[in-house]
Amino acid sequence: MLIGGILVITRRNPVHSALALIVTLLAQASIYLMLYAPFVAGVQIILYAGGIMVLFLFVIMLVSIERSMKERQFNSQWVVGTIAATALGGLFIAVYAKGKNIFPTHALSTVENNNTQRVATMLYGQYMFAFEIASLLLLVAIIGAVVMAKKRI
Amino acid sequence: MESVLHITTLHYLVLGAALFLLGVIGVLTRRNVVIVLMSIELILNAVNLNLVAFSRMWGGLHGQVFAIFVITDAAAEAAVGLGILIAFFRNKETVNIDEVNLLKW
Repeated sequence: MLIGGILVITRRNPVHSALALIVTLLAQASIYLMLYAPFVAGVQIILYAGGIMVLFLFVIMLVSIERSMKERQFNSQWVVGTIAATALGGLFIAVYAKGKNIFPTHALSTVENNNTQRVATMLYGQYMFAFEIASLLLLVAIIGAVVMAKKRI
Repeated sequence: MESVLHITTLHYLVLGAALFLLGVIGVLTRRNVVIVLMSIELILNAVNLNLVAFSRMWGGLHGQVFAIFVITDAAAEAAVGLGILIAFFRNKETVNIDEVNLLKW
Protein backbone atom coordinates (compact mmCIF):
# COMPACT_ATOMS: atom_id res chain seq x y z
CA MET A 1 0.00 0.00 0.00
CA LEU A 2 2.79 2.41 0.85
CA ILE A 3 4.66 1.35 -2.26
CA GLY A 4 1.57 2.25 -4.26
CA GLY A 5 1.44 5.62 -2.53
CA ILE A 6 5.08 6.30 -3.29
CA LEU A 7 4.50 5.37 -6.91
CA VAL A 8 1.55 7.78 -7.07
CA ILE A 9 3.67 10.79 -6.24
CA THR A 10 6.78 9.87 -8.21
CA ARG A 11 5.65 8.62 -11.61
CA ARG A 12 6.12 10.85 -14.61
CA ASN A 13 3.14 9.57 -16.54
CA PRO A 14 -0.18 10.45 -14.83
CA VAL A 15 -1.72 7.20 -16.07
CA HIS A 16 0.89 5.21 -14.15
CA SER A 17 0.12 7.36 -11.11
CA ALA A 18 -3.56 6.56 -11.45
CA LEU A 19 -2.89 2.83 -11.69
CA ALA A 20 -0.67 2.99 -8.60
CA LEU A 21 -3.46 4.85 -6.82
CA ILE A 22 -5.86 2.03 -7.71
CA VAL A 23 -3.42 -0.44 -6.15
CA THR A 24 -3.29 1.72 -3.03
CA LEU A 25 -7.07 1.93 -2.80
CA LEU A 26 -7.52 -1.83 -3.19
CA ALA A 27 -4.90 -2.45 -0.50
CA GLN A 28 -6.77 -0.07 1.75
CA ALA A 29 -10.01 -1.93 1.09
CA SER A 30 -8.31 -5.12 2.27
CA ILE A 31 -7.19 -3.28 5.41
CA TYR A 32 -10.82 -2.30 6.01
CA LEU A 33 -11.68 -5.99 5.78
CA MET A 34 -8.99 -6.69 8.36
CA LEU A 35 -10.67 -4.11 10.59
CA TYR A 36 -14.02 -5.91 10.20
CA ALA A 37 -15.59 -3.12 8.19
CA PRO A 38 -16.90 -4.97 5.10
CA PHE A 39 -19.41 -2.31 4.13
CA VAL A 40 -16.79 0.43 4.05
CA ALA A 41 -14.51 -1.90 2.10
CA GLY A 42 -17.21 -2.47 -0.50
CA VAL A 43 -17.95 1.23 -0.75
CA GLN A 44 -14.23 1.88 -1.11
CA ILE A 45 -13.86 -0.55 -4.01
CA ILE A 46 -17.03 0.50 -5.82
CA LEU A 47 -16.80 4.25 -5.31
CA TYR A 48 -13.07 4.91 -5.25
CA ALA A 49 -11.52 2.21 -7.37
CA GLY A 50 -14.56 2.15 -9.65
CA GLY A 51 -16.03 5.62 -9.88
CA ILE A 52 -13.43 8.18 -8.97
CA MET A 53 -10.57 6.46 -10.75
CA VAL A 54 -12.56 6.19 -13.98
CA LEU A 55 -13.20 9.92 -13.67
CA PHE A 56 -9.49 10.55 -13.20
CA LEU A 57 -8.54 8.42 -16.18
CA PHE A 58 -11.09 10.17 -18.40
CA VAL A 59 -9.72 13.56 -17.43
CA ILE A 60 -6.15 12.40 -18.06
CA MET A 61 -7.35 11.32 -21.48
CA LEU A 62 -9.02 14.69 -22.09
CA VAL A 63 -6.07 16.86 -21.14
CA SER A 64 -3.04 16.15 -23.23
CA ILE A 65 -0.25 14.51 -21.30
CA GLU A 66 2.39 14.24 -23.97
CA ARG A 67 3.70 17.75 -23.50
CA SER A 68 3.54 17.81 -19.71
CA MET A 69 5.47 14.55 -19.51
CA LYS A 70 8.48 16.16 -21.13
CA GLU A 71 8.49 19.12 -18.76
CA ARG A 72 9.83 19.50 -15.26
CA GLN A 73 7.80 17.33 -12.91
CA PHE A 74 8.33 19.15 -9.64
CA ASN A 75 7.46 22.78 -9.07
CA SER A 76 9.94 25.44 -8.12
CA GLN A 77 9.00 25.41 -4.43
CA TRP A 78 9.81 21.75 -4.04
CA VAL A 79 12.66 22.39 -1.58
CA VAL A 80 10.38 24.36 0.74
CA GLY A 81 7.64 21.79 0.27
CA THR A 82 9.94 18.92 1.15
CA ILE A 83 11.21 20.76 4.23
CA ALA A 84 7.65 21.42 5.38
CA ALA A 85 6.69 17.79 4.82
CA THR A 86 9.77 16.65 6.74
CA ALA A 87 8.77 18.92 9.60
CA LEU A 88 5.33 17.34 9.56
CA GLY A 89 6.93 13.90 9.59
CA GLY A 90 9.07 14.91 12.57
CA LEU A 91 5.91 16.07 14.32
CA PHE A 92 4.30 12.69 13.65
CA ILE A 93 7.34 10.87 15.03
CA ALA A 94 7.32 13.08 18.13
CA VAL A 95 3.63 12.37 18.68
CA TYR A 96 4.33 8.68 18.22
CA ALA A 97 7.17 8.72 20.75
CA LYS A 98 5.11 10.66 23.29
CA GLY A 99 1.76 9.01 22.91
CA LYS A 100 2.30 5.41 21.93
CA ASN A 101 1.56 4.23 25.46
CA ILE A 102 -1.96 5.58 25.66
CA PHE A 103 -3.27 3.07 23.15
CA PRO A 104 -4.36 -0.36 24.33
CA THR A 105 -1.87 -3.02 23.34
CA HIS A 106 -4.13 -5.99 23.73
CA ALA A 107 -5.93 -7.48 20.79
CA LEU A 108 -8.84 -5.53 19.37
CA SER A 109 -12.40 -6.31 20.29
CA THR A 110 -14.18 -9.30 18.90
CA VAL A 111 -16.07 -9.56 15.66
CA GLU A 112 -19.60 -8.26 15.55
CA ASN A 113 -21.89 -9.62 12.90
CA ASN A 114 -24.43 -7.90 10.61
CA ASN A 115 -22.13 -4.94 10.19
CA THR A 116 -23.90 -3.60 7.10
CA GLN A 117 -27.28 -3.67 8.79
CA ARG A 118 -26.01 -1.76 11.79
CA VAL A 119 -24.25 0.81 9.63
CA ALA A 120 -27.45 1.35 7.67
CA THR A 121 -29.53 1.71 10.84
CA MET A 122 -27.12 4.30 12.13
CA LEU A 123 -26.96 6.08 8.78
CA TYR A 124 -30.73 6.40 8.45
CA GLY A 125 -31.41 6.92 12.14
CA GLN A 126 -28.91 8.89 14.10
CA TYR A 127 -27.17 10.50 11.13
CA MET A 128 -30.28 11.22 9.06
CA PHE A 129 -29.64 14.96 8.86
CA ALA A 130 -26.00 14.52 7.85
CA PHE A 131 -27.13 12.02 5.22
CA GLU A 132 -29.53 14.56 3.69
CA ILE A 133 -26.84 17.22 3.74
CA ALA A 134 -24.49 14.81 1.95
CA SER A 135 -27.07 14.25 -0.78
CA LEU A 136 -27.43 18.01 -1.15
CA LEU A 137 -23.65 18.29 -1.39
CA LEU A 138 -23.60 15.72 -4.17
CA LEU A 139 -26.29 17.65 -6.06
CA VAL A 140 -24.25 20.83 -5.75
CA ALA A 141 -21.16 18.97 -6.93
CA ILE A 142 -22.96 17.59 -9.98
CA ILE A 143 -24.22 21.03 -10.98
CA GLY A 144 -20.83 22.60 -10.29
CA ALA A 145 -18.95 20.02 -12.34
CA VAL A 146 -21.31 20.40 -15.29
CA VAL A 147 -21.08 24.18 -15.21
CA MET A 148 -17.30 24.11 -14.89
CA ALA A 149 -16.81 21.72 -17.77
CA LYS A 150 -19.23 23.52 -20.10
CA LYS A 151 -17.73 25.26 -23.06
CA ARG A 152 -19.80 28.41 -22.83
CA ILE A 153 -21.98 29.28 -19.88
CA MET B 1 7.01 -13.13 19.74
CA GLU B 2 3.27 -13.31 20.12
CA SER B 3 2.99 -9.68 21.17
CA VAL B 4 5.12 -8.54 18.26
CA LEU B 5 2.75 -10.04 15.77
CA HIS B 6 -0.36 -8.45 17.22
CA ILE B 7 -1.74 -5.73 15.02
CA THR B 8 -3.08 -3.00 17.26
CA THR B 9 -4.66 0.36 16.64
CA LEU B 10 -1.24 1.95 16.77
CA HIS B 11 -0.07 0.11 13.68
CA TYR B 12 -3.02 1.36 11.69
CA LEU B 13 -2.39 4.87 12.92
CA VAL B 14 1.26 4.74 11.85
CA LEU B 15 0.21 3.48 8.43
CA GLY B 16 -2.34 6.29 8.19
CA ALA B 17 0.26 8.88 9.19
CA ALA B 18 2.70 7.59 6.57
CA LEU B 19 0.03 7.71 3.89
CA PHE B 20 -0.95 11.23 4.96
CA LEU B 21 2.69 12.29 4.73
CA LEU B 22 3.00 10.88 1.21
CA GLY B 23 -0.09 12.84 0.22
CA VAL B 24 1.28 16.04 1.70
CA ILE B 25 4.59 15.60 -0.15
CA GLY B 26 2.68 15.02 -3.37
CA VAL B 27 0.53 18.12 -2.92
CA LEU B 28 3.48 20.33 -2.06
CA THR B 29 5.96 19.23 -4.68
CA ARG B 30 4.24 17.96 -7.81
CA ARG B 31 3.48 20.20 -10.75
CA ASN B 32 0.73 18.31 -12.52
CA VAL B 33 -2.74 19.21 -11.25
CA VAL B 34 -4.06 15.69 -11.81
CA ILE B 35 -1.40 14.22 -9.54
CA VAL B 36 -2.06 16.92 -6.94
CA LEU B 37 -5.73 15.86 -6.90
CA MET B 38 -4.66 12.22 -6.56
CA SER B 39 -2.49 13.19 -3.59
CA ILE B 40 -5.52 14.83 -2.00
CA GLU B 41 -7.31 11.51 -2.41
CA LEU B 42 -4.38 9.85 -0.62
CA ILE B 43 -4.77 12.29 2.29
CA LEU B 44 -8.51 11.62 2.53
CA ASN B 45 -7.81 7.89 2.52
CA ALA B 46 -5.35 8.25 5.37
CA VAL B 47 -8.03 10.05 7.38
CA ASN B 48 -10.52 7.29 6.54
CA LEU B 49 -8.08 4.65 7.73
CA ASN B 50 -7.73 6.45 11.06
CA LEU B 51 -11.50 6.77 11.42
CA VAL B 52 -12.12 3.08 10.80
CA ALA B 53 -9.25 2.05 13.09
CA PHE B 54 -10.59 4.16 15.95
CA SER B 55 -14.09 2.88 15.32
CA ARG B 56 -12.70 -0.62 15.73
CA MET B 57 -10.84 0.38 18.86
CA TRP B 58 -13.93 1.76 20.59
CA GLY B 59 -16.19 -0.98 19.31
CA GLY B 60 -18.76 1.40 17.83
CA LEU B 61 -19.70 2.09 14.24
CA HIS B 62 -19.64 5.89 14.28
CA GLY B 63 -16.22 5.99 12.68
CA GLN B 64 -17.33 3.80 9.81
CA VAL B 65 -20.39 5.98 9.18
CA PHE B 66 -18.15 9.01 9.21
CA ALA B 67 -15.76 7.31 6.78
CA ILE B 68 -18.67 6.85 4.38
CA PHE B 69 -19.42 10.56 4.60
CA VAL B 70 -15.76 11.33 3.91
CA ILE B 71 -15.89 9.08 0.82
CA THR B 72 -18.97 11.02 -0.35
CA ASP B 73 -17.12 14.29 0.09
CA ALA B 74 -14.11 12.92 -1.76
CA ALA B 75 -16.33 11.99 -4.71
CA ALA B 76 -17.86 15.48 -4.78
CA GLU B 77 -14.45 17.10 -4.48
CA ALA B 78 -12.97 14.99 -7.27
CA ALA B 79 -15.87 15.82 -9.60
CA VAL B 80 -15.66 19.56 -9.01
CA GLY B 81 -11.86 19.59 -9.04
CA LEU B 82 -11.65 17.78 -12.33
CA GLY B 83 -14.31 20.08 -13.79
CA ILE B 84 -12.20 23.06 -12.77
CA LEU B 85 -9.17 21.34 -14.27
CA ILE B 86 -10.92 20.89 -17.63
CA ALA B 87 -12.02 24.53 -17.66
CA PHE B 88 -8.48 25.60 -16.79
CA PHE B 89 -6.96 23.39 -19.47
CA ARG B 90 -9.31 24.87 -22.04
CA ASN B 91 -8.18 28.38 -21.13
CA LYS B 92 -4.45 27.90 -20.71
CA GLU B 93 -3.58 24.68 -22.54
CA THR B 94 -1.54 23.40 -19.63
CA VAL B 95 -1.97 21.29 -16.51
CA ASN B 96 0.93 22.74 -14.54
CA ILE B 97 -0.11 24.18 -11.25
CA ASP B 98 2.46 26.97 -11.19
CA GLU B 99 0.91 28.55 -14.24
CA VAL B 100 -2.18 29.31 -12.16
CA ASN B 101 -0.74 32.66 -11.16
CA LEU B 102 -3.43 35.18 -12.09
CA LEU B 103 -3.95 36.12 -8.44
CA LYS B 104 -0.26 36.50 -7.76
CA TRP B 105 0.95 39.94 -6.85
